[in-house]
Amino acid sequence: MKVLVPVKRVLDYNLKVRVKPDGSGVDLSNLKMSMNPFDEIAVEEAVRHKEGAPNLPNSHYKAGAVTEIVAVSIGPEQAQETIRTALAMGADRGVLVKADADLEPLAVAKILKGIVEAEQPQLVILGKQAIDDDSNQTGQMLAALLDWPQATFASKLELTNGRASVTREVDGGLQTLAVELPAIVTTDLRLNEPRYASLPNIMKAKKKPIDMKTPADYGVDAAPRLAVVKVAEPPKRQGGAKVKTVDELVAGLKAAGVI
Amino acid sequence: MAVLVVAEHDNASLKDATHKVVSAAQKMGGDVDVLVAGHNAGAAAQAAAKIAGVRKVLHADGASLDHQIAEPMQALIAPLTAGYDAVLFAATTTGKNVAPRVAAKLDVMQISGVTGIEGADTFVRPIYAGNAMLTVKSRDPKKVLTVQPTAFAAAGEGGSASIETIPAPDGPFKSAFEREEIVKLDRPELTGAKRVVSGGRALGSAEEFHRVLEPLADKLGAAIGASRAAVDAGYAPNDYQVGQTGKVVAPELYVAIGISGAIQHLAGMKDSKVIVAINKDEEAPIFQIADFGLVADYKTAVPELLAALEKAGV
Ligand SMILES: Cc1cc2nc3c(=O)[nH]c(=O)nc-3n(C[C@H](O)[C@H](O)[C@H](O)COP(=O)(O)OP(=O)(O)OC[C@H]3O[C@@H](n4cnc5c(N)ncnc54)[C@H](O)[C@@H]3O)c2cc1C
Repeated sequence: MKVLVPVKRVLDYNLKVRVKPDGSGVDLSNLKMSMNPFDEIAVEEAVRHKEGAPNLPNSHYKAGAVTEIVAVSIGPEQAQETIRTALAMGADRGVLVKADADLEPLAVAKILKGIVEAEQPQLVILGKQAIDDDSNQTGQMLAALLDWPQATFASKLELTNGRASVTREVDGGLQTLAVELPAIVTTDLRLNEPRYASLPNIMKAKKKPIDMKTPADYGVDAAPRLAVVKVAEPPKRQGGAKVKTVDELVAGLKAAGVI
Repeated sequence: MAVLVVAEHDNASLKDATHKVVSAAQKMGGDVDVLVAGHNAGAAAQAAAKIAGVRKVLHADGASLDHQIAEPMQALIAPLTAGYDAVLFAATTTGKNVAPRVAAKLDVMQISGVTGIEGADTFVRPIYAGNAMLTVKSRDPKKVLTVQPTAFAAAGEGGSASIETIPAPDGPFKSAFEREEIVKLDRPELTGAKRVVSGGRALGSAEEFHRVLEPLADKLGAAIGASRAAVDAGYAPNDYQVGQTGKVVAPELYVAIGISGAIQHLAGMKDSKVIVAINKDEEAPIFQIADFGLVADYKTAVPELLAALEKAGV
């Protein structure tokens, strides 16, 4: 089965974003960009269902369940690097849809729908949210546009006979759904621990093909629906006070009226 | 102007998040209706009708809605929106799962995790793990929002809205519920709790996590939370995770024990009223936002704290 994995280039998760003084947005210049961590988990999951997981004895991953992995990114020219990372982890080929402006999840979902129609995958695995805009929308929107079933926030994905059994992290605990394929799955943190690409695989990835596309190739009007009014710093907390003893702590909590 | 609030409930009872989303809806202006979609959810619908200021409760009841799975929820809600200018969900795992599916069906760009409402079309939300606050104006004819419940006061009780029964969708659907493991809690629910005690990687094992945190949580009547590191390591269940990609909490008192204070964790708790941090590393970033920082080993500090609370008559 063919799997499509969308990957987004975002500010590295270790870095703290800077708000532009004029309030027009955030300043990402000269900051390290990486693949969205939830998308790394998505790539890893696809690769395990393709290669198996020999280091995890008795795991539910069966080599060959997935036969081809297509990594797609929608973003600037440099998002090619993000696709290369996915290729180095084990994806087979890439598609870059070049878009210089930051596209909203709805526009991204529409472009992905076009790619799904062209590629005909049985499964699309996406990160549950991108750690830049924290929207948590694209997978669900793509499922709606395709009229496919969805299983979001996955912590376990089992593939059997044209179906997927997906365990989801929900507010009260865990929920398992059976979904018919083709389907949309979005990843949560506990689904797997992504690998680091090895040097030989990074070299090999350089030779894997990446198709270049534009939103217009899929007939998508990517004009934003939301106008940014402003971007501001969050209110600052007055923290930093220390207490020396537990008694001082309890007295402080009493004075603050919280115990 | 009319706003539809999709109720957060577990069939048996209505969750407090619903009251908070209703109060967000009231800030948009106009009439507020509440949809209770579930199975044998009559009690939740009754409770929704008692929320102050609610005009009408729509109650859809049927087997397909038992677990509020995205497909049937979308099939129910998308057509209902014809009579509304906005649809609001709580930013819970249910709301986050369903809302974007409804929004895409309506060709609307959803606005996620709203913490501020500045009118019928202008909304504030955190981005980049809460390190920036984005204000956006929507150009879409309808608005679809998920609302961060902790950012709004709960609407009161005392309403007497009418309850209108509407049909549940029949399907067929391509996804089906198989099973669930719901953690039974004798404690307050994390996102609504007035006090939260959270543990991090320092606790070292599931046994230690429970042995150390439970007596303190019991003493304080607190919910228990955890950092991602503690959840990943299996010390605590997934639904304890507080943070950017877990639950957002804003209790009156948040006690962080053996948690370093990564930005992803802070995103989920920095709006707490009073923050206590117990950490043996005085450089830990959690201290920068703590109101009461105690540089100490939790192994001695937590038992001492229990004894001191006892002595203080808590
Ligand atoms: C995509 C992504 C999403 C994430 N989402 C979240 C999220 O939602 N929530 C979240 O919490 N994290 C999240 N993280 C993880 C986050 O970056 C941190 O790794 C995590 O919060 C660290 O957990 P911790 O503070 O328990 O562990 P550590 O950072 O290891 O801190 C342990 C602390 O315990 C202290 N300590 C050790 N021994 C003792 C002792 N005996 N007594 C007292 N103190 C002691 C240490 O000094 C240290 O400060 C996310 C990361 C990524 C990449």
